[in-house]
Amino acid sequence: MTKGNKSFEKAIKLFFSLAASATIVGLLLIIVYITKEGTLLFGKVNVFDFLFGKEWKPSSARFGALPLIVGSLVVTAGAVILSAPLSIFVAIFLTEIAPKKVANYIKTAIELLAGIPSVIYGFMGIMVLVPMVRQVFGGSGLGIITASLVLSIMILPTITSLAEGALSSVPDRYRYGALALGSTKWEMIYHVVLPAAKRGIISAIILGVGRAIGETMAVLMVVGNVAKIPESLNQPVATMTSIIALDISYASGLHKYALFSLGFVLLLLSMCFIAIVRGVYKGSYERV
Amino acid sequence: MNIKIKENAFEVRNLNLWYGKHKALEDITIDIVKNAITAIIGPSGCGKSTFLRCLNRMNDLIDGIRIEGKVYFEGKNIYDEGTDVVLLRKRVGMIFQQPNPFPMSIYDNVAFGPRLHGIRDRNRLDEIVKDSLEKASLWKEVKNKLNESALSLSGGQQQRLAIARVLAVEPEVILMDEPCSALDPASTQRIEDLMVELKANYTIVIVTHNMQQAARVSDFTAFLLAEENEPAKLIEYGETGQIFTNPKDIRTENYITGRFG
Repeated sequence: MTKGNKSFEKAIKLFFSLAASATIVGLLLIIVYITKEGTLLFGKVNVFDFLFGKEWKPSSARFGALPLIVGSLVVTAGAVILSAPLSIFVAIFLTEIAPKKVANYIKTAIELLAGIPSVIYGFMGIMVLVPMVRQVFGGSGLGIITASLVLSIMILPTITSLAEGALSSVPDRYRYGALALGSTKWEMIYHVVLPAAKRGIISAIILGVGRAIGETMAVLMVVGNVAKIPESLNQPVATMTSIIALDISYASGLHKYALFSLGFVLLLLSMCFIAIVRGVYKGSYERV
Repeated sequence: MNIKIKENAFEVRNLNLWYGKHKALEDITIDIVKNAITAIIGPSGCGKSTFLRCLNRMNDLIDGIRIEGKVYFEGKNIYDEGTDVVLLRKRVGMIFQQPNPFPMSIYDNVAFGPRLHGIRDRNRLDEIVKDSLEKASLWKEVKNKLNESALSLSGGQQQRLAIARVLAVEPEVILMDEPCSALDPASTQRIEDLMVELKANYTIVIVTHNMQQAARVSDFTAFLLAEENEPAKLIEYGETGQIFTNPKDIRTENYITGRFG
């Protein structure tokens, strides 16, 4: 084949374009399918009764998803409140404080943490955390606290590595500028580096939220799966994801539609998170 | 020589510096005169900036660097144990090659240093910001947009903002590391005029690869040169007029007449 073979070049271009469009096609298929199936329920059940109904009893055709939505939100909020500060501290340590060698070890550890299958997290949750939580907080040990703890460790790699990326993209000239004005290292981090990386860090947290709200297996194993609006943090709850995973194997009719509607809500939520992240990045100070 | 009569801001004695195993500066001994402009010239990569950063200990930030010798600032060796490096950097300000305004408003950039050093009173800060911007001859251009992002300024304005930011912490010395190399001729001219204005109250040390600039603005000139595979040495130091019209060392003459570098 000669170097100037134009049809070969064209074929290559086409090949890569097709590969790229596969992602779009996949995404569209999911959105279309979930939207179609997820709105079937609303022919029979009022949208508001679904979103704000307090009773989830598929056996007696009650499809109030509020307990599940609340369950998902509370568990996610708990996980992020625990994980975000820790992740940001780790990210600051990695970019600003740790010697390169130490930072590389920790980064490897974080990558490994991200690679552990979620069922293993759930397993550790059941074996280690559930008895501890039971002892400290009472109750069965299964519930919001345990699920939030497990999730907080699972989303730590997400938030840490994204926040680390945001911090290390802060140009060194800001650091030198601050130090040369007589900042201590901490003043430099707090007054210059963190504000400059603020948007990236917020995005990291939001993507952590997205990861937490969608997590299924580990949560299902430790959350208790009781579809009731919780009154305290040591109570078991059910989340949208855990109910979908548990019920999909036997659900039929309206019940099945309701599960798709839960999936639809999850999809909308995660798209909202992505939209927020995009919005956060737009008009960033850095890009003036 | 009348160098001796004047007061010195810095007295550098037998300064040696290594990056890891590579020796970058050898046995540099020089007096930096107070309230004057001293230019450090020499070919690229000869250690001019490295030397400059020894004067406010910015080299401390680089891994694997080792420094021997003494640098007296106002009579005290800044490499003594127990030197307050943060205070040193407040007293010895620095302007970098790339203008580096922080991604915040013009006002906050200038107020950054004073706030850091404990000034909270709004009126006092307003005063310092105005005063510093005036001294950096930027006030007229920005007085109506103090709350706009500093990143919206032009390169030359950003560099004057950097100068205002340094002036706001009331330093005694200003180190300038090729402050005009990223600027157009008009902006360069403004910065040079500014330097001459500032030397009444500040000691200025400027690193430049632009010999015309050194000749135009400086009172004293030091010529650093790293000969092949050798660390940089101070080849010649003296009043700028003498260095440029009557250099004693043949290497200085070759450099300023453009025969190498």
